[in-house]
Amino acid sequence: MATYLFETEEHKTLRAQARKFAAAEVLPHAHTWEEAGIFPRELYRTMAEAGLLGIGYPEDCGGQGGDLSHVLVAAEELVLAGKSVGTCVGLGSHGIALPPIVKFGTKAQKERYVKPVLRGELVSALGITEAGGGSDVAAVRTRAVRDGDHYVVNGSKTFITSGTRADFVTTAVRTGGEGHGGISLLVIDANTPGFRVAKKLDKMGWWASDTAELAFEDCRVPKENLIGAENAGFLMIMMNFVSERLMLAGQCVAIAELALRETIAYAREREAFGKTLNGFQVTRHKLAEMETRIAAARALTHESVTRFLAGDGDPALAAMAKNTATDMCSYVCDQAVQLHGGYGYMREYPVERLYRDARLYPLGGGTREIMNEIIAKTRRY
Amino acid sequence: MKILVPIKRVADPDNANKVKVSGDGTQVTSEGLEWKMNPFDEWSLEAALRLTEDGAKKTRTGEVVLVTIGPKDAAQTVRTGLSMGAERGILVEANDQELDSNMVAQILKAIVDKEKPDLVVMGKQTVDGDSNVAGTVLAELLGWPLANYAMSLATDDDGKTLTVKRELDTGVSTIKVTGPAVITTSDRILKPESVKNGVTPADFKYPEAEGGRYASLKGIMAAKKKPIDEVTAASLGATPQKTLSYLKFELPAARSGQTTFVESVEELVQKLKSDAKVL
Repeated sequence: MATYLFETEEHKTLRAQARKFAAAEVLPHAHTWEEAGIFPRELYRTMAEAGLLGIGYPEDCGGQGGDLSHVLVAAEELVLAGKSVGTCVGLGSHGIALPPIVKFGTKAQKERYVKPVLRGELVSALGITEAGGGSDVAAVRTRAVRDGDHYVVNGSKTFITSGTRADFVTTAVRTGGEGHGGISLLVIDANTPGFRVAKKLDKMGWWASDTAELAFEDCRVPKENLIGAENAGFLMIMMNFVSERLMLAGQCVAIAELALRETIAYAREREAFGKTLNGFQVTRHKLAEMETRIAAARALTHESVTRFLAGDGDPALAAMAKNTATDMCSYVCDQAVQLHGGYGYMREYPVERLYRDARLYPLGGGTREIMNEIIAKTRRY
Repeated sequence: MKILVPIKRVADPDNANKVKVSGDGTQVTSEGLEWKMNPFDEWSLEAALRLTEDGAKKTRTGEVVLVTIGPKDAAQTVRTGLSMGAERGILVEANDQELDSNMVAQILKAIVDKEKPDLVVMGKQTVDGDSNVAGTVLAELLGWPLANYAMSLATDDDGKTLTVKRELDTGVSTIKVTGPAVITTSDRILKPESVKNGVTPADFKYPEAEGGRYASLKGIMAAKKKPIDEVTAASLGATPQKTLSYLKFELPAARSGQTTFVESVEELVQKLKSDAKVL
């Protein structure tokens, strides 16, 4: 199978481990969990026991070590062997919730929040988006007002991955004036009086991953829960975005690879007009086009990750990688459904689900249009 | 406690490239295959790791030495075992096609003479050759006791004696073995409470699993620094002779895929007799 050029023997061994885990723990339940819209919470613990939850985190935070390249490779095998994108992204919501605490948090915050999440004991979520603004992070309206040793938080968040059962939410709040200079990051425990899961949201795809609307009403959050300095949250959020976008690009490559594999297997088996589908040139050319686009997106993702790891985290290149991968993924999943014919429209076939899952990616983690805006601004056209 | 765990790489049955027989039928070809550790060996490694650790604290208390006999790139399989927690590895260079179970046992004897382990814990067979011979011959050559098909292991207070439950067709046989000894394992050795070593708390339960433990990324990184000694049978002073040769390999006939539906048990029995001719 295709792999990233940066992969070493360790990545190969890691792939084998992630594959073994997903085949044993996810694949047998993939359809059930996707249809149920949730997977068992116990799976976080199982994944931690298998050593797969702490990948990309330093050992002093309870992590397994490794970097973004290991995160991408493990996530790809989870998708390929587990065949439930929703479960994989639900298990991975710590990948956006924890990095600000790891990079800017206090030792006490790491002990209290990072380590238990990486042991699979706590579930974490990142809360930035609000009903009135998603990509426009600087417009955050959820307010945190200092009152003695506490911040009093009022407002709401939406589209929060793992939000219905998160034990805490790394939350963007307004502690200062208008614009990006007035935003802070605050860790809010779900058991804080006034914290409420307002709604479990129904989505087009990613079914096994729960998504919530959260409400904060006079939530009193200890000032120790502030991450880094007050009003310095915007930069922390932005710094998180580059690696998040590359993770999303990697997921797109994985989803498309899975859709391609499912389709090749189907084309070799399904007969029409007296021969199997892959006996038709039109089928083989479609498969060739699908794999070509996957290879191109994988190559750009590889370059972007490699540069990021070398300290050159060009936000424009990450945005290009994300757009290339998301559009490739939508195309490949669409072709996968097409080649499956009527069966591709049926829920019992994985490609039907992948087609819906794929639609998230040009929206989540910054829309395709925002990516283009980032590229244009960075390059000062 | 020091345990020697022999491991062999075998063709990964999950890989798309299937095992093929060479044109002249003299050998099974390995081109294009992906390799993995023989599952029986992986279970033995799991048993050996459990014997030499505090399972609750996740700390090592003994030493597990892996040995494989094969070409240089078989080191990757040893590395996987090191990632799971074994301390070091030995690669005896050899060509798979030029080995038989007897030779494997003789080479392993030379390794045992050099390493002087307290136990050899090995898979009862490999999934490619399925011979189920090497462990027994090794015990014979060493003059050591053999406890094969072990489904549970518990160390006695002296640390040298093991209570072994053996899984047999006729039931479970419980024996006491004083080391050094050769032990081969069955898959029940993976049960959460199958190994007791007097260090891991008696009520500790390992997770339910169908194979050995996962290698964590931390383990994979640490394994890079663990040594794998490369030796040859000659350098060990062993001169194993091949006594068994394969004359011809044939793939089983392809299945027809024909399906017969029956209405009743009576009809099923009758068809099994008349059509399938298996009764």
